Amino acid sequence: MEKKIAYIALFAALIAALGLIPKITLTFGVPITAQGLGIMLCGTILGAKRGALAVLLFLLLVAIGLPLLSGGRGGLGLFFSTTGGFLIGWPISAFVTGLIVEKWRSASIGVVATVASVIGGIIVMYIFGIIGMAIVLEKTLLQSAALMTVFIPGDIIKAIIAGLLTSAIAKARPASLLSRQP
Amino acid sequence: MISLTSPIETAAHHYNAGVKLLILCLVTLVLFFIDNIVFHSLFLLFVVTLYALPGLLFFKSGFKHLKVLWPFILVVGVWHLWTNEIQLGAIIIMRLISAVALANLVTMTTRLSDMIDVVRFLASPLQRFGINTKALEISIALVIRMTPVLISKGQSLSWAWRARTKRRSGWKIILPFTVLALDDADHVAEALRARGGLTTITATTEKP
Repeated sequence: MEKKIAYIALFAALIAALGLIPKITLTFGVPITAQGLGIMLCGTILGAKRGALAVLLFLLLVAIGLPLLSGGRGGLGLFFSTTGGFLIGWPISAFVTGLIVEKWRSASIGVVATVASVIGGIIVMYIFGIIGMAIVLEKTLLQSAALMTVFIPGDIIKAIIAGLLTSAIAKARPASLLSRQP
Repeated sequence: MISLTSPIETAAHHYNAGVKLLILCLVTLVLFFIDNIVFHSLFLLFVVTLYALPGLLFFKSGFKHLKVLWPFILVVGVWHLWTNEIQLGAIIIMRLISAVALANLVTMTTRLSDMIDVVRFLASPLQRFGINTKALEISIALVIRMTPVLISKGQSLSWAWRARTKRRSGWKIILPFTVLALDDADHVAEALRARGGLTTITATTEKP
């Protein structure tokens, strides 16, 4: 019980801390925010349920007015904004990512975590984000999707990094990989 | 930890936080169902007036929070100029600004402690289903306490990196950072257990 609470709280804090480090510029000049990476890691390391709870806890603190989103943003306004759909999709995204890592144990953890991050952290998240954007901006789903395509390459790189990090953490702290505990 | 509550005291700071949130939900719902340009113009004017009432300083800091909307306003604006549906575009933009500005206003005029009271109130029915709401409260406190700790550890990590190489750390620094967070989580879990754990908290708050 204590371990569960501590891991959920520390990962919520980790998402916040990752949002405050400056944008990471990759060697070929694509800047990515580390916060989305935090959401993927919640799923791959904590597993479905705890990962989703950590993200929910983080969002709760953003909603009650702490400036924890990247760029020091926070408050209720963000949930009504154009990108609100993405925020709502985050916990589900972490859940799906975690569920895949929990269930698919036959391949190496790095590969599984990358694939899980693509499905949970990109596909699931974009479904929510695009629906949210379509509602707020009164566009069709296809038009909203078109507006988002520029972000997809960066997110694929993020998923690969999430896979690399997860496999490194599996070696460094095997007992902490709650998603793969029996 | 700094919250987004405005230090400039307004009358709205003393209103009931739950009521403010309820009104916000209802008004936002109404905003999304009305497609009248006169209504939206007047409502936006009303929201701007609300921001202006507590003074220039409050208005400026409030406006700063809305700057994130510019790219979307630009995209929608250009889009609707191109498709020649200027009235629809104007409605969408005004509604977006009003809804976000109003929600931001609630954040600016509600203290963190009042918000946490609302969370506690909303979570209390969950106790009936055997969910430990004390765990939620302790988690909120832990995140607020541990975020600055993790940030300062991350800073030391990046200094340590820069002391050794001229190259940028890139994403590689996230690995030791996550490992530090995991170790902290283990320490916190042990500390919680050493102080009686969370099960005793529930035992003492349960009704006999």
